[in-house]
Amino acid sequence: MTYIAKPKLHHPGLPTNALGFTRRDYEGRISTLCAGCGHDSISAALIQACFELDIEPHRVAKLSGIGCSSKTPDYFLGQSHGFNSVHGRMPSVLTGANLANRELIYLGVSGDGDSASIGLGQFAHCMRRGVNMVYICENNGVYGLTKGQFSATADKGSKAKGGAVNTDSPIDLVSLALLMGASFVARSFSGDKKQLVPLIKAAIAHRGSAVLDVISPCVTFNNHAGSTKSFDFVRDHNEAVNKLDFVPAKKEITVDYEPGTSEVVRQHDGSFIKLAKLHPDYDPSNRVAALTYLQEREAAGEVVTGLLYIDPDTQDLHEHLGTVDAPLNRMTEDDLCPGVDMLETINAEYR
Amino acid sequence: MQPISATNDFVVKFANVNGSGSASANELFARSVLRMGVPVASRNIFPSNIQGLPTWYEVRISGDGWLGRRGGVDLMVAMNPQTWDKDVAEIEKGGYLLYDSTKPIPASKFRKDLTLLPVPLTEICNRAYSDPRQRQLFKNIIYVGALAFVLDMDLSAVKWLIAEQFENKKKLIAPNLQALDFGYDYAKEHLKGVCGLKIRHADKVGDRIFIGGNDAAGLGAVYGGATVCAWYPITPSTSLAESFTKHCERLRVDPVTKKNKFAVVQAEDEIAAIGMVLGANWNGARAFTATSGPGISLMQELFGFSYYAEIPAVVFDIQRGGPSTGMPTRTQQSDLMLAAYAGHGDTKHVLLFPEDPRESFEFAATAFDLAERLQTLVLVMMDLDIGMNDWLCKPLAWNKERKYDRGKVMTADELEAGKEFGRYLDVDGDAIPYRTLPGTHPSKGVYFTRGSSHDRYARYSEDGGVYVEVMQRLLQKFETAKSLVPKPVLHKAKEPAKFGALYFGSTSAAMDEALAALESHGLHIDALRVRAFPFSEEVVEFINAHEQVFVVEQNRDAQLQKMIVNECAIDPARFISILHYDGTPVTARFIINAISERMKLGKAREAAE
Repeated sequence: MTYIAKPKLHHPGLPTNALGFTRRDYEGRISTLCAGCGHDSISAALIQACFELDIEPHRVAKLSGIGCSSKTPDYFLGQSHGFNSVHGRMPSVLTGANLANRELIYLGVSGDGDSASIGLGQFAHCMRRGVNMVYICENNGVYGLTKGQFSATADKGSKAKGGAVNTDSPIDLVSLALLMGASFVARSFSGDKKQLVPLIKAAIAHRGSAVLDVISPCVTFNNHAGSTKSFDFVRDHNEAVNKLDFVPAKKEITVDYEPGTSEVVRQHDGSFIKLAKLHPDYDPSNRVAALTYLQEREAAGEVVTGLLYIDPDTQDLHEHLGTVDAPLNRMTEDDLCPGVDMLETINAEYR
Repeated sequence: MQPISATNDFVVKFANVNGSGSASANELFARSVLRMGVPVASRNIFPSNIQGLPTWYEVRISGDGWLGRRGGVDLMVAMNPQTWDKDVAEIEKGGYLLYDSTKPIPASKFRKDLTLLPVPLTEICNRAYSDPRQRQLFKNIIYVGALAFVLDMDLSAVKWLIAEQFENKKKLIAPNLQALDFGYDYAKEHLKGVCGLKIRHADKVGDRIFIGGNDAAGLGAVYGGATVCAWYPITPSTSLAESFTKHCERLRVDPVTKKNKFAVVQAEDEIAAIGMVLGANWNGARAFTATSGPGISLMQELFGFSYYAEIPAVVFDIQRGGPSTGMPTRTQQSDLMLAAYAGHGDTKHVLLFPEDPRESFEFAATAFDLAERLQTLVLVMMDLDIGMNDWLCKPLAWNKERKYDRGKVMTADELEAGKEFGRYLDVDGDAIPYRTLPGTHPSKGVYFTRGSSHDRYARYSEDGGVYVEVMQRLLQKFETAKSLVPKPVLHKAKEPAKFGALYFGSTSAAMDEALAALESHGLHIDALRVRAFPFSEEVVEFINAHEQVFVVEQNRDAQLQKMIVNECAIDPARFISILHYDGTPVTARFIINAISERMKLGKAREAAE
């Protein structure tokens, strides 16, 4: 953690985005996580992505559960309302918030304990519903705040710092998200900003449940030899299926890819995702094939990363429910109260 | 033994097998009596089961308008062989028994004092219908027809209702009317002059309506401006969420776009339901959930969050018999303590106690105003008796001028004008701070909501002094709540009374009758109907003004009484508990017996001294 607050003043030459904001305007409070924590890199990637997308910080709501990862919304987007809820319940709280105002951008931040153990049910069900959100799981395979117990995403055979070996099967959140109907599923690594930032941007532009499982090594409790969530292990076993470029709506595609090696996915908001194929056979529009591929590679001990699945034409929860376009939280008596005369009619029906 | 003779004042009970289609026929009977201008109180006593288990429907016909259960049965319609012995035993001395006489029943199965009303229902059905389902369903209508004759009812009232009921399925009208006539004609031929129970036209119903509490509360949530309902199915609360949905589909669909000004989500469990409710309320939409005891147990962690982070929320608790799974289809008032203090740490919540469906409608709307004004959880404590039974009550009312109280929400203009914002800062002295909604202003009014300890500006703090300051303000806010919640209702005796009685919720109907009966026997009691927690000053003053106070409750542990003892620091010796908790709604007879025994005991003791 950093103890020295950065000065508010910044270099006049610091680049600004279309809104006139610098990257610094997207920062939050000083992180209280351990120095070198993967989660801080993810916060930095979120800041970068929002800066580059010209997002107004106050139009973002950031919600989390409990754990090291869930503390991070305090450390980015200081001008966004935050909600640090209870353990494992971020998805439901976010779902409710989203129902109240469909116009904001919803960032849900969680960890592997929060999502794969206590919150597994809520994780699965918010995917099923297609809540329009970015769900980031900062996955380190370990309980940090309670000092080093295995989490449900720890691989079988993985060694704890004290030497204990995990005997339980791991929960793969990416496969689960695919099974539950998530319409945007990706995995990345906190140490790979080049991959992570465009994935976050594409996920924000996606309408529906976008899941980002980000392997984020715990430098204090899970970064030793024998851990499968350490920096070294992930670097050695990282197998990216594609390299992606995100082009926001209103911008032209300027780079051409050789046919057969790339593909362009157009999202609902008019943005594009340009995917350079690193595995010629990998098709991110095929849910079944994605699941099979993941199982095969994981059995071979590899960590598959990249944009694993996308359905750009999906409908979100509001469309399923047929709600009005205006946010429900802006409705007044005139919109909501059926009035005295109608009550008279209703009374008559109960006589 | 003289057969019972009564006009417009008796109890008919139907003993059926659930899933046999009896419910709508029994309700038809009750509504027909209402159409004749005679008040009824009907109650379903049903099993936690879909088909095959015993179910009862009790209709109290009361020309005097008493709407509680009286206790006892004057006429039993015994349609369930499984419960025959118990049902026959329950009839009052000199009562009546209507039954299916198709197969001979041994004389030992009857009581000598009863007047028998045999109708060969199966035989009539088998003769008239070939379809087994029709044979089953019309049996119910046939006994309603027979009842209409023996009770001297106005057959046109029943026929009128049938025509209304099947307005949209017109081809069902004729067969139902025919079945009704089968029963009526049979009784006319065979049961003339044998029944001393009569229903005569009266003018005692007036403009009152016949509605269930869950239905009324769901409509109240529509009127109260709720836009988000997140819920998980649980008896006996399910029909509240369904009612909200039904009324919204009629009243809240934009006529042009056909889009919904509401969102209903069936959650994966009660925890997710309350999570959604908090998220939506945090973001400025009025949101609620409906549940029962087990759901309240599950929701506690987020209840505590609502209390501490000061997020409005509305929860309807349709109480059923506990503990654990308990008696899911029976009524109780046994969640009071759980609901009042749900959550770990020092936590308290606002509770409202509606007495009937009309007040459930009113309190449903009030709950949203209170929740947003106080920025806290408000629980509407209904029960199965109110929620799932149709009650005769005054028409639902709404004031044309009524505006929603959205509480202290700081706007973008106020922020822009430089108004100081501290999420947990008490600027008005009522201990209620201002909040902002996400997305309000680009650079002002932002805050971080957390369940961990925080200071006035919502910043994380582990400082003891900072923590205590917030906790003390929350206590003070609860004091503010006392002046905002519905006041108790006083029912004064005709003569000065040493005894007082406290009661709440669905006990009201039986209590009104009991008080009148006690008064007519010279036992004078002042009564106060408690309508909310925290308890207002009037509750304390009432207790202090009486030597002894009965507390009538439908739970084992005298929960309201204990809360009063603790919250108002009153000597427990002042109270006498009257507790009814077998799962059936409390009866007037029970209250009359329990109170008069104790009062007479007191008088005897006084005389001896």
